[in-house]
Amino acid sequence: MTSGGSRLVIPLGVATGAALLTGLYTGLVGAPADAVQGEVQRIMYLHVPTVLSAYLAFTVVFVGSVGYLLTRREGWDILAHASAEIGVLFTALTIAAGAIWGKPTWGAWWTWDARITTTTILLLIYLGYLMLRAAVEDRARGARYAAVVGILGFLDIPVIHKSVEWWRTLHQPSSLARGAIDPVFQLPLMVNLAAFALLYAFLLAQRVGVGRLEAEILRRRLEE
Amino acid sequence: MSAGQVWALARKDLLTEGRSKETLNGLLFFAALVLLIFGFALGPDPARLEQAAPGILWVGFILTGVLGLTRAFQVERENECLEGLLLYPGDRGALYLGKLLGNVVLMLLLELTVFPCFAFFYNMPLWGALPGLLLTALLGTVGFAAVGTLFAAMTMHLRAREVMFPLLLLPFVVPVLLAAVKGTEAFLRGAGRAEAFPWLTLLGLFDLVFVTVSLFAFEWVVEE
Amino acid sequence: MGQDGARSALRRGGIELEGIGKAYGAAWAVRRVDLVLGPGESLALFGPNGAGKTTLLKILATLVTPTRGSGRVAGFDLRTEQEGIRENLALLAHGTHLYEDLTVRENLEFAAAMRRRAAPLEALLTRVGLAEAAGERVRALSSGMKRRLALAKVMLAEPAILLLDEPFTNLDQAAVVLLEGYVAEVLTRGGTVIMATHDLARGYAACRRAAVLVNGRLIHEAPARVGGLEDLREAYVAATREGAG
Repeated sequence: MTSGGSRLVIPLGVATGAALLTGLYTGLVGAPADAVQGEVQRIMYLHVPTVLSAYLAFTVVFVGSVGYLLTRREGWDILAHASAEIGVLFTALTIAAGAIWGKPTWGAWWTWDARITTTTILLLIYLGYLMLRAAVEDRARGARYAAVVGILGFLDIPVIHKSVEWWRTLHQPSSLARGAIDPVFQLPLMVNLAAFALLYAFLLAQRVGVGRLEAEILRRRLEE
Repeated sequence: MSAGQVWALARKDLLTEGRSKETLNGLLFFAALVLLIFGFALGPDPARLEQAAPGILWVGFILTGVLGLTRAFQVERENECLEGLLLYPGDRGALYLGKLLGNVVLMLLLELTVFPCFAFFYNMPLWGALPGLLLTALLGTVGFAAVGTLFAAMTMHLRAREVMFPLLLLPFVVPVLLAAVKGTEAFLRGAGRAEAFPWLTLLGLFDLVFVTVSLFAFEWVVEE
Repeated sequence: MGQDGARSALRRGGIELEGIGKAYGAAWAVRRVDLVLGPGESLALFGPNGAGKTTLLKILATLVTPTRGSGRVAGFDLRTEQEGIRENLALLAHGTHLYEDLTVRENLEFAAAMRRRAAPLEALLTRVGLAEAAGERVRALSSGMKRRLALAKVMLAEPAILLLDEPFTNLDQAAVVLLEGYVAEVLTRGGTVIMATHDLARGYAACRRAAVLVNGRLIHEAPARVGGLEDLREAYVAATREGAG
């Protein structure tokens, strides 16, 4: 079981490293600086991929949660748990990057911008997911509870989006111009998107591996 | 599933609450206190308070709700009554709906009593806006209680339940809070149905989706 | 539910368990239980605390999902037809499942509504000797009276499968007679009874078979026959010593 996984992990790790380096190069050197925002705009090559990878992660949490509740096979639960941890990490990175971008651009670390607000709520939901797992002693029960939260959380995402968006736009017009992305920026963005997707996959594989080992230890301790 | 069971359970809860009254009185007092405290924190300028009023009202409802929702399952701890409930024939969803109904009725009773206090402290013209306010309160309460009842069942056995319950619940119900506040604001301003309509629709949708999902998820939460 | 309905439910008595086990975390509460009991049969379950008696009863009552194994209770599958089991089963448990702030009658009415039965409540209350206390809050009752009310709730269900967990605790002599009479009645109607108890003599008197559960395993399963009480006592003590050692 683990041998099949580790055969993938090394090439995956290498590919991830290569992609990240390429992304770093195209983002920092290859692409021109933004006419309006200057150099700080480059952080978008980090910010956008991390948030999209986070959404990918939470989708996988949903899939894993559904899988676990339907089949009660531990593998699904391990997948969901691992993906949630990585999702939380990426979400935190997104918010941090957004703040770093926001300070010079808007003059503030935090604004109640619709996207940042939504992302923060998601962070809180999935942090709650992780805390719940830690708080429940019985493993099977914890997995079940987490799966329920994982499913509800995913279903809440569109509702949160819409409500925060209306909350912002109905109150004051968005000061952020969201025009189409100039093609010259598209390539570095794509490269970094791919790089972070690979990073997600790599981290997921690692974390799932650890989860499998933990489950195996518990199983051995149980068998008598 | 039997409507008779749902009604019997809700009736039992309301009867018990009516007998002891300790929880209801305490919650009422707490809600009024929250309104007062916000007055101290944000006042005494009446214009500022008037602007903040709908938000203060709903924060009051939500904080009180967090205290009140756990009650529904804590009452089942004495004499292992939850075990007794799980032994009855029929769908476990009936247990969820019964608890939800009891919770919604209690919260609505609370809110109905708080509205006059609110009008008193914050000088709000309630009369004309009453039907709209009540509709908003109903939809918001159902949404809040839908997820809250499920999570209360989930956290009832945890040692850290006083912290875990609000931690899990509050991020989930942010859309409810936003919609309820905006809807209340629209009705109080006399802006009428047109402005409040999208918010009420959002609430209705949230209620529908999350009552349904929680209904199915409840089975997984109460089993062992 | 009419008389015919009740009778056909009782005809479906019987318990079959195969390889049942339940683990919590890294410990087995029930290791392996194989058991067959037909309609009209009864089993007294003895065993030290922590041996898994309560867990086994909870598994039968569908309160706990077994980690492994399969079974049929009252003709319904243990994992997939749980609602059918609950319809035909009653458990007299450690906890009384009573609401202290409601009256005796209200508790029984609630149980009847949840069981979806229109039962003759007054007759039940009279039978358990609580007719006079019907309007009193449960909080005001003695523990013996509370246990009798719990028994009334069980009687309400007219179960084909009757499970009892330490039923003789806190009962006065009259209530003991009442309980023993009810158990006999269920058996006569074709029901199946499992009684987990520490009271060797009473368990032996009420049930036709006896078994000892130690460390999650069933040991010394044997018919209860006249003069066999001493054998059982020895086996119980020996098994307890083995399990503890």
